[in-house]
Amino acid sequence: MMKPRIGGALAAMTLAAGMAGPVAAADDTFKIGVITFLSGQAAESFGVPAWNGGKLLVDMLNEGGRLPAPYDQQGFGGMNIEVVVVDEAGGATKQVQEFRNLVQREEVDAVVGYVSSGDCLAVPPVADELKAFTILYDCGTPRVFEDGSYDYVFRTAAHATMDNVSLARYLKSRNFDVPSFAGLNQDYAWGQDSWADFTGAMTQLYPDAEVKTALFPKFGAGQYGTEISALLRENPALVHSSNWGGDLQGFLIQATARGLHERAQLALAAGDHVIPQLQDKMPDGIFLGARGVNGLAAQARGGELKELTDTMWEAYEAEYGTFPVQAPFRMWQALFGLKTAVEKAMAENGGTKPTSEELAAAMKGLSWDAPSGHIEMALADGHQAIQPNAIGTTKWNADAGKMELVDVEYYDARCVNPPEGIKSQDWLAQGFPGAQCD
Amino acid sequence: MDLVATILVDGLIYAGWLFIVSVGLTLVFGVLNILNIAHGSLYAIGAYASASLVGAYFAAGGQAFPYGSYVALILAAVLVALVLGPLLERGLLRFFYGRDEVLNVLVTYAVFLILEDVMKLIWGVNPYFVYEPYTLLGDVEIGPLFYVGYDFAVIAAAIVVGLAVWLTLNRTRIGKVVLAVIHDSEMSQTMGVNVQRIYLGAFMAGTFLAALGGALTAPMISVTPGLGVNVIIVAFAVVIIGGLGSVPGAAIGALLVGISRAASVHLLPEAELFIIYFVMAIVLLFRPEGLFAKTQVRKI
Repeated sequence: MMKPRIGGALAAMTLAAGMAGPVAAADDTFKIGVITFLSGQAAESFGVPAWNGGKLLVDMLNEGGRLPAPYDQQGFGGMNIEVVVVDEAGGATKQVQEFRNLVQREEVDAVVGYVSSGDCLAVPPVADELKAFTILYDCGTPRVFEDGSYDYVFRTAAHATMDNVSLARYLKSRNFDVPSFAGLNQDYAWGQDSWADFTGAMTQLYPDAEVKTALFPKFGAGQYGTEISALLRENPALVHSSNWGGDLQGFLIQATARGLHERAQLALAAGDHVIPQLQDKMPDGIFLGARGVNGLAAQARGGELKELTDTMWEAYEAEYGTFPVQAPFRMWQALFGLKTAVEKAMAENGGTKPTSEELAAAMKGLSWDAPSGHIEMALADGHQAIQPNAIGTTKWNADAGKMELVDVEYYDARCVNPPEGIKSQDWLAQGFPGAQCD
Repeated sequence: MDLVATILVDGLIYAGWLFIVSVGLTLVFGVLNILNIAHGSLYAIGAYASASLVGAYFAAGGQAFPYGSYVALILAAVLVALVLGPLLERGLLRFFYGRDEVLNVLVTYAVFLILEDVMKLIWGVNPYFVYEPYTLLGDVEIGPLFYVGYDFAVIAAAIVVGLAVWLTLNRTRIGKVVLAVIHDSEMSQTMGVNVQRIYLGAFMAGTFLAALGGALTAPMISVTPGLGVNVIIVAFAVVIIGGLGSVPGAAIGALLVGISRAASVHLLPEAELFIIYFVMAIVLLFRPEGLFAKTQVRKI
């Protein structure tokens, strides 16, 4: 059990720092190593909300009976869940060492981690070398499984191609006229890849649309005055951005002050996570994605997952005083997937704690429900998830004093993710072969 | 609006901000002969302090007179200078005067790392916002483009800062004493100048200017951890172009970087980052000591 929570976290971090000897989990405890950003620029946007969501869910599972079926059984198959958390800051080399520490010294039963695509590319070969069951819960680069193949590594969230294909499909389904568009994305792999995905999708759906300009300010630039002038001068119908965190907040503050949102449609592929900070400073009418049916899009969805979503939503709001954005949703879908895999493996091995091999066999091709929708390990021979996505339009509700997402369009996982056996860029270039959108 | 005019306006706005964050760095180097890596942290602390102070101002009913928030911005920079200036200069840097310049760089880099964590301890990892001062001055329409009035206020602040520093150094008695210390600190001490006090004053002024840069930037961004990292890199480029220790050099360096960067964003966006360091490389190729630094005789 993780009570009190802060004390538990500190104790876990103390263990992670190596102040105690190796502590393998007993058979009645399932020990997870969680790696996410607790410091640095990605902490506020992704790492801390994800860890908050993870702590909350582990507490609820350990308590038992707080979640609707099929997640009402205590812990993982009756085992208590213990968590060791490690800060993801420091770069890929450090994370490989941290991973070895978790597996070899802490003897965790599974690792759940990684926001950074660089870390997601560096860790899997080591995970296979150590035969350590590992879930990549957040990072977006398609390259993990498009360029590699691993036995013990799984990614429980869809890769980033989905985000921008959904955004382009949203424009089409809303009959939005796009004679021209421009982009402002961060100058590193995430921003460059997102722009490539978006232009690839637009080439198929809007073949006549002209790309006015593609701007790639430095990560952490802060000042966007010149870029905003360039966008205003070019006067595109739409401005695409996959910026996140402080970069997105700064861009929105400066862009709205200069009226960019009134002269061009803003389309933010992953922008939902800045709503809690910006509130009514986030303009109305922005086309907004959340890298899955996460955050406000999940709350607005209803349907058969409403009870599960509402339970997590209300618990998160009660605990942290703000609503959950995309990061906790991705952590939840990872932990629900892990619980499903553990319990499936236990059903097959007679009820004992599963080995890494048993877990990997259970996880391969698995599907399960999460607040973000039905998750299927459908790609990369059962190691890469696909999931549904949603795009909506921001609208501030002055009476309620909160941001809402209106005109939300939901996309089936097989409509916005490539099918098995084809790389994302090829799928885009070939015009989405195999897409199932009806 | 003509493209050239747009580039000039954008370049001037960026250069104004760049000059404010760079001039303190060059001043500290000129007087103390220390390349202060912690300048970036002082900038970030200025941003956090102003976010806190402006937030407190509005929480205390400042909406009745929102323009008072500009006073809060400047006051935040003063507070940072009064607290951290003496703490760092008297508490640490004075022990390294006259030592190897590389050692001083390492010491200030260590201070930079420590202050980055101190900021997290004090302000946490969540962002701070103070939009109000950014929008108070309304819009300025230049041709078909709208600019925020605050951007031009930053240019005005840069001009005031530049003139104040230059006039103080060149038209006041204390300025002449500072120049004497820069020229030869040992001789100045022999002539009765309290060199330690000049060092302290110069470092506090440099700290104030760094914090002022952060304070003036805070209203247009979200103030988050890691803010100072990018600033110190571009500020170095500016002072190296202008010549370490030269105030006019910092101004010309800021203008060169600001305008060339703006031209790149409008004409060749792929080269936005490259252009800054390209300009620096070209300048160093022909003037290795920077545009305005005086060639110095080396003691062997």
